[in-house]
Amino acid sequence: MANPLSDYLRSFLTVGLFAALAVVLFFLLVGISALLRPDRHQEQKYIAYESGADPIGSMWSQSQVRYYIFALLFVMFDVEAVFIFPWATQLEWFGTFGLIEMFVFIGILLLGLVYAWRKGVLKWA
Amino acid sequence: MTGVLSAIELAYWQQTTIRLLAGLVAVLLLTGGVVYLYLFKFVSFMQSRLGPMEAGPYGSLQLLAEVGKWIQKEDISTKDADKFIFGLAPAVVLVSTFLMFVVIPAGPNAVMADLGTGIYYVLAISSLSVIGILMAGWASANKYALMGALRAGGQLIAYELPLVLGVLGVVIQAGSLNLQDIVYAQSNGEIFGISAIGNPYILTQFVAFAIFMIAVQAELTQTPFDMPIAESELVAGYQVEYSGIRFLVYFIAEFATAVGFAAIASTLFLGGWALPASWGFSDTAMHVIGPINVSIKAVFLVGVVFWVRFTFPRFREDQLQRLAWKGLIPLALANIVVTAILKVVF
Repeated sequence: MANPLSDYLRSFLTVGLFAALAVVLFFLLVGISALLRPDRHQEQKYIAYESGADPIGSMWSQSQVRYYIFALLFVMFDVEAVFIFPWATQLEWFGTFGLIEMFVFIGILLLGLVYAWRKGVLKWA
Repeated sequence: MTGVLSAIELAYWQQTTIRLLAGLVAVLLLTGGVVYLYLFKFVSFMQSRLGPMEAGPYGSLQLLAEVGKWIQKEDISTKDADKFIFGLAPAVVLVSTFLMFVVIPAGPNAVMADLGTGIYYVLAISSLSVIGILMAGWASANKYALMGALRAGGQLIAYELPLVLGVLGVVIQAGSLNLQDIVYAQSNGEIFGISAIGNPYILTQFVAFAIFMIAVQAELTQTPFDMPIAESELVAGYQVEYSGIRFLVYFIAEFATAVGFAAIASTLFLGGWALPASWGFSDTAMHVIGPINVSIKAVFLVGVVFWVRFTFPRFREDQLQRLAWKGLIPLALANIVVTAILKVVF
């Protein structure tokens, strides 16, 4: 019988199966623990921890994300990495042409980083 | 022996079952061994104490005793917590950690799935754990947890880039993303025509190796990069409301990730399971030597991570971001450019 799946898809099936195995392991551990552990209700146990004092205000608090701008920079550089990976595997074949092409690409991105740097974005707000 | 073995044709499901179970056992054994060796004993000796001595000879069964203890602990979450997300977050972290091991080769055939995208897949899957951490921090409904999770998010994002860009140097040299190909490229390589030790990329890519190990230290949130779980400011960050078995899962995931990244670093930079091709070991011998070889290298690199962890004081949050954005990322880009030039010229 011919393979219903190609080797390529099969290797990803293996990945999926291992993920399933990890999930099973997690629920196995939690299940065993559920059989063994005690369950004694006390109101005080369910108060959020704030260094031993009674918590102040709502627990669904907000916090200032001081480095959200880094997330934007991250997206920029991560997309760059996606483009560089295929280039890196084929560099031998591209030769000098590919090299110069990529210098232009990395150069433009570096300009972006330098601009952000000069603008003071990389400083702690 | 080889004749007999190669005569046996296993069906896909048989092969896969064996590989997955062997992989699971290897991950758990290595993780447990690393915890005992470094967290219990290595740090104790560094601090002039003995560490656990009661359970088993030299306290070697201490970890089993700890697991037994954690399993019996009550599973508590706070009143306001989002119980579903809170309970699920450790599973996300655990799955992301385990999936890293799928592509790490331990011998000519000993790899769970030989993906063509190898190292790229590892980098993608390992960064999924940040989702689990943000889930945990948000669902805990605790101020410390939320702050810890946000710090973790910022840190893992910042150090993801040096990690990826550092790896690119190796990819350029090997010309492949597949980890098995990278291992063979090192084993068959030569430096200036000398092939006595192959070409382990730590020699030609030492800048990338240094960047990779620093970024791994930060991805693992180990000291000096442990602001997300800083016990003196945030108690334990996103883990603060976790108890019992779910905390144990975080603990397993943390050390399994350390083993995983160390195994990847030893595959990329130290030659992986292979010995230099010029030493003339047959494939049959490598089936046995390979797993031992890569395990020793990985455990050694975890030792380096823990050595740093127990030696250095903690950075401040802004120092951490500065090191990544103004130090490591430009350095990694320069490394790519230099590697590419040398690759084309030679």
